[in-house]
Amino acid sequence: MRSLLGLLRKEVQHIRRDPRTLAVVLMLPVVQVVLFGFAIRTDVDHVRLAIVDPAPDETTLAMRSRFTSAGVFEVKAVLQRLEDLEPLFQSGDIQEGVVFERDFAAKLRDGDAQMLIVTDGTEPNTASLLQAYAQSVVFAYQRESAGVGRSSPGGLAITAQVRTRFNPTRESSNLFVPGLMAFVLTIISSLMTAISLTREKETGTLEALLVSPLRPWSIIVGKVFPYLVIGFISAIAVIVEARLIFHVPMRGSLLLLLADALLFILASLSLGILVSARTSSQRVAMMGAALATMLPNILLSGFIFPVESMPLALRLLSNLIPGRWFVEIARGIMLKGVGLEYVWPQSVVLVVMSLVLLTAAARSFNARLE
Amino acid sequence: MTDVAIDAHDLTRTFGSFTAVDRITFDVRAGEVFGFLGANGAGKTTAIRMLTGLLTPSGGAAKVAGHDVYTESEAIKRTIGYMSQRFSLYEDLSPRENIRLYGGIYDLTLKQIRERSEQMLSRLGMGAAAGRPVRELPLGWRQKLALSVALLHRPAIVFLDEPTSGVDPVTRRQFWELIYETARGGTTVLVTTHYMDEAEYCDRISIMVAGRIGALGTPAELKQQFVVSSIDDLFVRLARPGSDPDAGAK
Repeated sequence: MRSLLGLLRKEVQHIRRDPRTLAVVLMLPVVQVVLFGFAIRTDVDHVRLAIVDPAPDETTLAMRSRFTSAGVFEVKAVLQRLEDLEPLFQSGDIQEGVVFERDFAAKLRDGDAQMLIVTDGTEPNTASLLQAYAQSVVFAYQRESAGVGRSSPGGLAITAQVRTRFNPTRESSNLFVPGLMAFVLTIISSLMTAISLTREKETGTLEALLVSPLRPWSIIVGKVFPYLVIGFISAIAVIVEARLIFHVPMRGSLLLLLADALLFILASLSLGILVSARTSSQRVAMMGAALATMLPNILLSGFIFPVESMPLALRLLSNLIPGRWFVEIARGIMLKGVGLEYVWPQSVVLVVMSLVLLTAAARSFNARLE
Repeated sequence: MTDVAIDAHDLTRTFGSFTAVDRITFDVRAGEVFGFLGANGAGKTTAIRMLTGLLTPSGGAAKVAGHDVYTESEAIKRTIGYMSQRFSLYEDLSPRENIRLYGGIYDLTLKQIRERSEQMLSRLGMGAAAGRPVRELPLGWRQKLALSVALLHRPAIVFLDEPTSGVDPVTRRQFWELIYETARGGTTVLVTTHYMDEAEYCDRISIMVAGRIGALGTPAELKQQFVVSSIDDLFVRLARPGSDPDAGAK
């Protein structure tokens, strides 16, 4: 026990002696969340829009002004003829076109006005968002017109069929920030242990520990615990940031989220130890830890691409990634406000993963000596 | 304790189809300074790793301080000290912190740690530098400190794996004085080196060639046996490719 305390003290001394690394480790997640959070939000601004209005009347003018004032759209062109729309799409000058039919106001009064919403489908996600935006403008007009008590009951028919669910607050950060937390925490955590352990390998101090009566378990605990604390501080910083900068709600229990974050960090640290047990230089360990965490967490955790829409093989593979489970937990707790009764299976998975990874790491310490 | 500190018999280690250590048999007497010589890749480090419990042998038998290397590696770890080829102290910690860490690892009491570290630091003349990070100390000091730390828990046997590589001649001399002092105190010293003048300082030496022991004896005996004027010549003769390592071994 005393020897373990000695190891822990040593690790704390290492960290204290190297304030720059500590600063990087603590600041990186916070900075990354800001950068990623703003960069990968799928909210769309400055939508380049063209309006085709062959015969302007009071209704089309009213709706056009709504598009202009919605704040999202930049009306690039107002056209007379539908044929003029196509070249603008091809040149990329516009992303979306809104087409009114002739005698729009009159047909609306008859309850059968048609309009067409065309979007550039090269980026399907953006396209469906654009459609939804345009539709929301139309719906809003429809709703308000009906509310004023005009004769028309608002039977505005729209030809564009939209399947994506509309995000009414237009905040993609709600969805992204919890995933982002998983992403940055796992990278930082696994890198920290991987680097610090391979550094001991390179300098030869690990060998000195291994010939000592210390058990591999003590060496691992001595490594994991201090970084668990740092990772935890980092997690708190990121949660605070999510709240303050991205206004991500915290509908569930903060305590539960922190407990699960701790589990998740433990799993990531263990992964780092496993990586370092199998590599011999800091550089390789860094690459290994980054590869083992970064790509799977971007591609398979559900952080950006929904797990449900992956092919079966990838869906199965994603089960092996701690981040996938933590993303579910964090979204569940923060956005849906669910409690342990919903996230316990994911939490159990994280516990099991941590145990498996730690055991594997301890074993590969032994195996290394065989 | 027995008067035989290390007793290896046909000790073998293979890695796949490669035999790193090939049936080596030797003993090291208690209190002896035993030189473990050999070219790079001759199998010295592998042999040491087996004797220190870091590596399980593939065959043969060995006892270190009376403990079997197969079954009692934990007991061995408590009785030996080890200074690795690479530096084994934490460079960002001060000498005092390093001593405290290793003292704790070997289950010394705080009182023992305090006493021994004061004793050690004053013997090394390091009192003033005891609080500075090890990395700022001159290499010679660091090596001497590393040896002292390896001896902190008063091991029966200490393994020194190329402790003097890259050290200037004056410091090497001082380091060897420290080794003698250690041996006089009753600790058995097994030391590997590339410096043949250092081999002459040892009570007995073995020279490993391609995983086997090519020569074993006191430096004087070996020079006589192989009819060479220095260990240096002997080493070159044994280690030179094409020479028959079995020619002189009996």
